[in-house]
Amino acid sequence: MSTQDAINAATRKLLERAAPGRVAFEDLVVVPLFAILVALILGALTMLATNVDLATIGRSYVALLQGSVGSLNALSETLTAAAPLILAGLGLALGFRAGLFNIGAEGQILIGGMAAVICGFSFPGLPFAILLPLCLVAGGVAGAAYASIAGVLRATTGANEVISTIMLNMIAFRLVDYMLRLPWVQRPGRSDPVSQSVPPSAELPRLLDWIDPNLRVHAGIFVTLLAVAFVYWLLFRSKLGFEFRASGASPSAARYAGMRAGLVIVLAMATAGALAGLAGANQVLGVLGRASPGFSAGIGFDAIAVALLGRSHPVGVLFAGLLFGALEAGGRQMQVDAGVSIDLIGIIQALIIVFIAAPLLVRAIFPWGFRRGDSGGAS
Amino acid sequence: MTALPDRQAAAPIVDRAETRRAQITGGVMIALALFIVVAFGDAAGDATFRLSRVRDTWVIGDLIVPARPFIYVAAVLTAFLGARLFLRGGGRWTTLSLGVGLILLVIAFLLWATAGNAFSLTGMLQATVVRAMPIALGALAAVFCERVAVVNIAVEGMLLAGAFTGALMGSVLGGWGGLLSAVVIGGLFGFILAALVVTYRMDQIIAGVVINLFVLGLTSYVSSQVFAEMRHLNNAPVFRAINIPVLGDIPVIGPMLFHQNIFVYGALIMVAVSTYYLFHTRNGLRARAVGEHPRAADTLGIDVYWTRYVHVTIGGMIAGFGGAWFTLGSVGRFDENMTGGRGFIALAAMIFGRWHPVGALMAALVFGFTDSLQQKLALLNTPIPSEFLAMAPYIATIIVVAGLIGRARAPAADGKPYIKE
Repeated sequence: MSTQDAINAATRKLLERAAPGRVAFEDLVVVPLFAILVALILGALTMLATNVDLATIGRSYVALLQGSVGSLNALSETLTAAAPLILAGLGLALGFRAGLFNIGAEGQILIGGMAAVICGFSFPGLPFAILLPLCLVAGGVAGAAYASIAGVLRATTGANEVISTIMLNMIAFRLVDYMLRLPWVQRPGRSDPVSQSVPPSAELPRLLDWIDPNLRVHAGIFVTLLAVAFVYWLLFRSKLGFEFRASGASPSAARYAGMRAGLVIVLAMATAGALAGLAGANQVLGVLGRASPGFSAGIGFDAIAVALLGRSHPVGVLFAGLLFGALEAGGRQMQVDAGVSIDLIGIIQALIIVFIAAPLLVRAIFPWGFRRGDSGGAS
Repeated sequence: MTALPDRQAAAPIVDRAETRRAQITGGVMIALALFIVVAFGDAAGDATFRLSRVRDTWVIGDLIVPARPFIYVAAVLTAFLGARLFLRGGGRWTTLSLGVGLILLVIAFLLWATAGNAFSLTGMLQATVVRAMPIALGALAAVFCERVAVVNIAVEGMLLAGAFTGALMGSVLGGWGGLLSAVVIGGLFGFILAALVVTYRMDQIIAGVVINLFVLGLTSYVSSQVFAEMRHLNNAPVFRAINIPVLGDIPVIGPMLFHQNIFVYGALIMVAVSTYYLFHTRNGLRARAVGEHPRAADTLGIDVYWTRYVHVTIGGMIAGFGGAWFTLGSVGRFDENMTGGRGFIALAAMIFGRWHPVGALMAALVFGFTDSLQQKLALLNTPIPSEFLAMAPYIATIIVVAGLIGRARAPAADGKPYIKE
């Protein structure tokens, strides 16, 4: 518990520096805590409503905790699940900052992952130090190119990016199904759509397999941390990031200030797509080793929630991604130990976002949790 | 009077932009014509389209079209329209010409795919109407919400909730009970959306995404937790097609419009009623005022919050009705995520239909057409991989959203919360 306190204190200090003021602090720390609490309670009520008895509910929440942070293996699983969520979430957060609502991370993950796989098995002879970076770059570039379609359409014709990215998701699913059956992609001797495996020299090396070969945490976590730092620098320290934020805050003001709105849109979408593509490459090179239909497994959609929960701030996204990774890993344990379906995690995640995105709602439910007279000061 | 010279000065700029747009569109259409010739010009034999089915009252003969000549006619027409746009500028004809060009492309494609084969045109048109209905209802729901300036990304979730409730309550209470429950649940989610965005001023897109996530999680959870063991709770009766006497016997049109289930009739009636309501009644005018300029509406004594609550809830009820189509109107059984993104296509249909109920219905028919087309073509052994046929509706959506709409105008206050002073 003392480490928890220390972390809390550290978080508070960081947050106070980032966002001074009591109302802002309450929105950033108190509201999420309440949100998680309420979501867990409502999750328990959902289980009660579907004939799950109290003992099982208790067991499932214990399993949730154990499966997420209860052991070295659990921590490894949490980090493994968190890495792609954070990467894709960073991309979406960047888009939000630029005023773009990109729902297409799922498709960008698929396309990026496919590119990484193809790159991996196409050049098996290359040494590790060249092949792995090459595959990561391939994933990022493919994701960027795919996301740019929506960006270019938005910039040139004004097509709403919410619709076009959703459609690009649907198209990506079919495209991956098609590609996985191409003779030069499909694994020889298999009739089902599965790609060839990437050679070991293209895999993200596992970090802890010298302790226990089952620990899946891999070097993708470093890629993720680098990406967090990069996005932080890009958004808050670079000229381009300023343009992103300015266009997001007020498109007309940005235009009058001489920023090229179309270019900003395309670049923001491309960067977001590159990060999502990296998330796909991360999954394929670090966890799966090959591609199969729908290997994105909903990461792109969960990443929307991660970006919202992290309030589109790179550090926030990092913590939100860790939380969602923990829920994911814990949810699997919950399914094994208590027999409660992992879909419950989806409900809890949605509830957490509802309460976080509507601070006024949380203030209305818990008036005693906040200083009087602050209600309404949130947005 | 002072505004007049300004407008005249601005006119050439607008004209130049429009001319350029017409020229680009014209170029695209000439390319389309070339594409038609290159891709479909090798068709051989006649394409047979069946217009009647064996058990129809009045049987009319098959429509037999020699494929290649007609494909070349389509190409020439497209090229002509394109060249005309390119040389003379389009004005208001630009979008129309492109639309006609795309229709010609589809016809050429259909001829090429059916050449030497037979194809039931009536069957496809009937499937078009059936498949368009959930999209049309979703789009209508979105029209109701966006007319009062609430963006409803949650249509997908509302459809899914309606489908789920239809299956569950339909199994317990019978078809009508299931339908009613689906409408109520849809309305409930509409109300929740309204509460989140109107009272608690949550970002509208976030609220919508969250409702989608929540409904997907909840329905998947319950179906894996409950339906897996208790199958009788997921076995609802299906509404059969009702044949309207006389009208249903008209060839082609009859099976399309007058031999359908209550969802098709319900959707058509709702589109008519809501068009009348939104554009010809006092309440409809008030609703639109709230969507365009809530501050002004408030000043005139319209209760903005109340109007938004009511219309978003009605929108939710319509989406709930549309969602019941998936279970009570087709298979009677709920599967995880069975709406499969139709709600998002509905949003595209609403934009394509320019926030108008009739436009939304027409757009939904376009998507229903691509949807049923790819289904039927899969049976025809075309050399195109089935995955690409399955992409067709989504590619069509992108083309439509990007190309045909131009600058469609949303209600002015769309997406913005209103804070009463």
